[in-house]
Amino acid sequence: MVLCALSIFGIVILILSELMLRSGEAWHQFGLKFFSQTPAHDRYSGEPTYWDPVNGSFSALPFVYGTLVSSLLSLVISVPLAVGLAIFLTEMCPRFLRGPLAFITELLAAIPSIIYGLWAVFVLVPLLREHVNPLLVKYLGWTGFFKPDNPTGLGYVAAAVILAIMILPIISSLTREVMTAVPQSQREAVLALGATRWEMIRMGVLRNARIGIVGAVILGLGRALGETMAVTMVIGNTAEISESLLSNGSSMASVIANEFAEAVSDLHRSSLIEIGLALFVVTIIVNALARLLVWMVTRGAPARVH
Amino acid sequence: MDHAVTGLAILATTLVVVPLIAIFVYLLLKGASSVNLDFFLKNPVPEGESGGGMANAIAGSGVLLGIASLIGIPIGIGAGIYLAEFGRGTKLANAVRFTADVLNGVPSIVMGLAAYSLIVIPQRHFSALSGGVALGIMMIPTVARTSEEMLLMVPNMIREAALGLGLSNWRAVLSITVRTASPGIITGCMLAFARVAGETAPLIFTALGNAFFSTNPNQPIEALPLQIWVYATGPYEDQHRLAWAGALVLIVLIVLAVSLVRYVTSRGVLKGAS
Repeated sequence: MVLCALSIFGIVILILSELMLRSGEAWHQFGLKFFSQTPAHDRYSGEPTYWDPVNGSFSALPFVYGTLVSSLLSLVISVPLAVGLAIFLTEMCPRFLRGPLAFITELLAAIPSIIYGLWAVFVLVPLLREHVNPLLVKYLGWTGFFKPDNPTGLGYVAAAVILAIMILPIISSLTREVMTAVPQSQREAVLALGATRWEMIRMGVLRNARIGIVGAVILGLGRALGETMAVTMVIGNTAEISESLLSNGSSMASVIANEFAEAVSDLHRSSLIEIGLALFVVTIIVNALARLLVWMVTRGAPARVH
Repeated sequence: MDHAVTGLAILATTLVVVPLIAIFVYLLLKGASSVNLDFFLKNPVPEGESGGGMANAIAGSGVLLGIASLIGIPIGIGAGIYLAEFGRGTKLANAVRFTADVLNGVPSIVMGLAAYSLIVIPQRHFSALSGGVALGIMMIPTVARTSEEMLLMVPNMIREAALGLGLSNWRAVLSITVRTASPGIITGCMLAFARVAGETAPLIFTALGNAFFSTNPNQPIEALPLQIWVYATGPYEDQHRLAWAGALVLIVLIVLAVSLVRYVTSRGVLKGAS
């Protein structure tokens, strides 16, 4: 049994060492510049090329950018919804709805990402293309983040929306856990001082649970960073950095999914593994941080006996 | 303000429920008509022709999940038993639990890369074995944590009674506690099984996919989610139809597993013991 338990450490060490071993070539070639390189310029068009498997010049910059933009955007969409859902479930939901709603969020968390991707390709992307993107261009075009130069409906926004749907259940179920850990006496004390329900939620619950909620959000971020299939299917898959959120892009996970099986050279493969290694290290750190924060809040949670 | 927030919370809840319902409705609308005997029994036809099924992908998924279960379930249950029984409260157990939770959050594509560099590179060819190993590694933390939770639900009285009768600790754990929790542990394993059944990313460059029927673990093999990916991103109407059908089959498997876990944990199948 101890051996089985220790194997979990073994897996982490194994993954880390294997990925470090296989990404050695890219590391020797590019070093840390792999993640910050200024691009080579195309000989003919003068366009910057970050990722050129044919000529063997690789920089992870557009993928890091795509991952960050799509994940952060998805957090912007999902965090208010997730916290709202958690408030509804813990503070105001009638008892008969609580079970089914909790079940539905659990189910959302269990749907494989390929099915989200399938749904996004055939339902979400056409919806964005026909109805949402034109509105974004029309009303928010002046910010410079929404340019009408991509008629496909794919891109960062599509990736962010599907990511938001996918990470919502994770954030909301953890937020709910943290909010239930706030002792009932806190709520009663605030209410006794004459607070309305919203004031009670804000001062009695959210303020006490905020560290845990931040933890839940970070955990959602960790999921969004590494999400592969759904993003690969809707982000557009071009190795470019675009200011416009409606443009095609690429994320760290999507480039691995798309190119790894058909990598043209050892350097190409090694570069992709280095992106995977970065993804691994970042998600480990993000997840560990999130778990610590959630644990800090729920650790001293008294049993609900008050 | 009070009413506004109540309204917003209800709005948020509806916004969360709508996509789920939309996904299910679309799956049923587009998939149900294509889930027939052909889907389960026929191999894919050449692109552009209509008809055919996903027999090779279903068999392939079966082989991959078999290998994964052989690796993931025993090790996972062992780790779960350690966490709940032998190591409860120790620093090592806490560290293992923490690592398992963190490992649960690692992107599945990284598992694929690890399996690639561990098995595909030395073997010099893609194989079902490597895909199964990648999925198996992913199962371990999930199985460990659910088994632990299920074991913790066994009332302490039972342990004390077993020890009071003079059983040695390992014997009490294995034949009393684990047996009491076994329905829970089995459903936990099913949940992990259903989760990895839908995993695509780790299979792309380990199992690779195979247009023909194969159950040889040493050869590239097709898998249901891989096939859905290829079909969904392709241009053919008929393949889209099959992709929806495949997705429907996957989701039914998953809904079954999730409901079963919920049933076991809430209705207390464990109560037979107390």
